[in-house]
Amino acid sequence: MRKAELAMAVVMGIFSLYLMWKSAELPIGWIQGEGPGGGAWPFWLAAIMLISCITIIIKWVRRTSPLSRSDEIYMDRGTMVAVGLVAGSLIVTVALFYVIGVYGALPLFLIFYVRYLGRHTWPVTAAMATIAPVATFFFFDIALKITLPKGLPIVEETIFYPLYKMFL
Amino acid sequence: MGEILTLLWGGFLIAFEPLNLMLIIFGCTVGLFIGAMPGLGSVNGVAILLPLTFLVPPTGAIIFLAALYYGAMYGGAISSIMLGIPGASTAVATTFDGRPLAKLGMADKALTAAAVASFVGGTISVVLFTFFAPPLANVALRFGAPEEFALMLLAFATFVGLGGDDIAKTIFSIAIGLVLSAVGLDIISGEPRLVFGDIPGFMRGINFLVLAIGIYGIGEMLWTVEENHKAGGKSMMSEAVVTVERTLNNLKELLGTWKTMLMGSFLGYFVGILPAAGATPGSLMSYGIAKQISRDPDKFGKGAVEGVVAPEAANNAASTGSMLPMLTLGIPGSPTTAILLGGMVIWGLEPGPLLFTQNADFVWGLIASLYAANLFAVIINVAFIPVFIWVLKMPFTLLAPIIFLLCLIGGYAPTQSLHDVWLMILFGVVGYFLRKLDYPLAPAVLAIVLGPLAEPALRQSLLISNGSFEIFFTRVYSAPIMIAALILLALPLLKPLMGHLRRKKSKA
Repeated sequence: MRKAELAMAVVMGIFSLYLMWKSAELPIGWIQGEGPGGGAWPFWLAAIMLISCITIIIKWVRRTSPLSRSDEIYMDRGTMVAVGLVAGSLIVTVALFYVIGVYGALPLFLIFYVRYLGRHTWPVTAAMATIAPVATFFFFDIALKITLPKGLPIVEETIFYPLYKMFL
Repeated sequence: MGEILTLLWGGFLIAFEPLNLMLIIFGCTVGLFIGAMPGLGSVNGVAILLPLTFLVPPTGAIIFLAALYYGAMYGGAISSIMLGIPGASTAVATTFDGRPLAKLGMADKALTAAAVASFVGGTISVVLFTFFAPPLANVALRFGAPEEFALMLLAFATFVGLGGDDIAKTIFSIAIGLVLSAVGLDIISGEPRLVFGDIPGFMRGINFLVLAIGIYGIGEMLWTVEENHKAGGKSMMSEAVVTVERTLNNLKELLGTWKTMLMGSFLGYFVGILPAAGATPGSLMSYGIAKQISRDPDKFGKGAVEGVVAPEAANNAASTGSMLPMLTLGIPGSPTTAILLGGMVIWGLEPGPLLFTQNADFVWGLIASLYAANLFAVIINVAFIPVFIWVLKMPFTLLAPIIFLLCLIGGYAPTQSLHDVWLMILFGVVGYFLRKLDYPLAPAVLAIVLGPLAEPALRQSLLISNGSFEIFFTRVYSAPIMIAALILLALPLLKPLMGHLRRKKSKA
């Protein structure tokens, strides 16, 4: 925990500096007749972020905050694998949205999660992987008319054009 | 008084339109389920399901979400009692006596007590709300930009002064939320601002839902994945025997706790009104007071019914209380109402006192639906206790992918851009890492909702005063609010100083 506390404060401190620099692309001072410049608000807020991070670092050095004294492990190996697999599968799923679309990627995600992470039986997995995307399609694409990403044009043309014709 | 009753009657006519009535019942049921799941509470439910409400008109949407909010408050008690794991932070105090009762084989007694106390707390607070809201909105009509800014500062100051978390981390969280809300086009000059890497997606700004679903959807689920991993998938489920006879006996016994219920309801309501305080401190305070005023305080923690009644009456009352500043002042009293407020902006409504005059149907429809939601929530809750217990047995690995799916699509739907989905995952992962280091995240969500309102209020005020901050201290309404905010901000600095002085004195 101790190392993580410092690392996070340093990373967030650097991020605050970047935000201050980025805000300064717009005027941060007073403009006559217009009031404060467009960059002033985010600039000073980022400065407050920076001061907070410096305070966290000072407390860390002086060991006055609970986490700066903690010997606990921030993340053990098992947690890293468990959380990493879930976060990783989400990232892969969204990346697949561009190629095979939501309705290709979601069943794959559900199969991975239910079967491989959850160790449920194949019938349960199959039910989840079909019912959830079908319900999503009818709720979003048909009822709400919010077209979810279909991936490459060829996927949409071959599979979804006939479906739109049927339901829309 | 008569006028309020007429308006309320009009509200009931709206709330009982078939579609709205259905939405109330549906919202309560969904809320009860979400609240009953360990780790998920009203804020997660409202954040994840808000995008689904685009299907119905704004009044229906807020009615659904408010019913869900209530349902989740009722439901939170179920996992607190049955598993000893609070359904949400608002139900933490319910575990203190609810769990011991369940272990003594009286889970049904605790569940009934929670449901009835929630109903009493909810109903009393809605009545208070009905009569407090219109006068407060009338006062708020006189507010200008300086008062608005002072109020928002007060909301943030409450987090700092009363939050109890690491002050530096709370301030960091508020500031980062406000900076994220500044991304996009500068409202006054129209120039692009904080467009990272010139990615066009940032030109539109960062939708509050992206951060809310990121933190309360993705981040929360990653957190639960970790908890489940540590627990090795084991949970200690209590057995509950539910029969009509037992339920009637339980109800009879509850009559003896009416004082505690009243205390919890009033306390919860007034704590809930405070910006940023909300239901969690309300329920903890109520538990503490119930113990102090009890004739048998030693029973607390070992299975006292009052120990379930007090926090449950308070957390429901607080959830209504937190809607008061949201509707009348446009300042949310809790993270959940912050998301509701953001939703109102998406639906094209302007939160604040003008709602009462310009969108009276919306306001009174919502208020009336709160009465109805309370009634339905208690009926559904008591009638379906066995069903909710069954839900708790549902494996997390079946529930989690469904929630992730809702998050991914919920993040996409409002703007229909994959850019937002990526951002949401980023916020979820970073939020998870920050939460592990005790950074409070609710202030960031409140800040991203209030940011677009706070910045223009500040800039306009400074423009009026030609750059002088004196304007906040010279006006009738803004001065006291500003001073209260500054005192709250200074409170954490004063505490160590006082302790230091006291130590010096005792040494001398």
